[in-house]
Amino acid sequence: MSVTLQPDDFDISSELDALIGGRTSVGAAVTFTGLVRDMVKDQRISAMTLEHYPAMAQAELERIEAEAHAKWPDLTDSRIIHRFGTLEPGDRIVLVITLSSHRQVAFEAAEFIMDFLKTRAPFWKKESLADGQSDWVKASLKDDEALDRWKEQ
Amino acid sequence: MKLVYFAWLREHIGIDEEQVDLPATIDTVGDLLIWQKGRGDGYAIAFSEPETVRVALDQFHAEQDDPVDRVEEIAFFPPMTGG
Repeated sequence: MSVTLQPDDFDISSELDALIGGRTSVGAAVTFTGLVRDMVKDQRISAMTLEHYPAMAQAELERIEAEAHAKWPDLTDSRIIHRFGTLEPGDRIVLVITLSSHRQVAFEAAEFIMDFLKTRAPFWKKESLADGQSDWVKASLKDDEALDRWKEQ
Repeated sequence: MKLVYFAWLREHIGIDEEQVDLPATIDTVGDLLIWQKGRGDGYAIAFSEPETVRVALDQFHAEQDDPVDRVEEIAFFPPMTGG
């Protein structure tokens, strides 16, 4: 169980191998990668800057991870990497890896972590458009709604 | 007490952090949001719609009626858009 915030890119394959660490009880590994898109509606994005609240982002992601482990005792291990700073279309932003003996727990825990990360981890995206304008990304109502399904369970 | 600002709140106010002594009349996060709005032009814009401002007390998400006494760091920021 670990969280890393970093400006640099990450290598999915080596992160996955390191997290599994040779444990042959692990039968399922889910990896989610979030990427910078090149278009927002009809506007082309030239860059995306991620601002964050370092102390709280680290603490909040650790709390989300701990909640996932409490909710799914069969979640063997997990890893969250979130980048900050200026990124370009196609760049990786976030990596979530979940391990379990069977796939259902790994899939569900990965979705849970991402749903809470989107709405509770203190990161803010500012998009720079190809025409020179830049603006803060507005929070999505869909992201709030995604949390509701976890409250019903 | 240390106040810290992020994203468009930081841009409107023009600083990323400050040390303040809060008036004794401020008990809750809700009181604090109203007080912030009256502190000058940048604050008036940043806090013009207090319902869009999220607050964290010592790195924990807070609600409007949470008390702000015995807190060391209060953060103000818009709804989050990471991931």
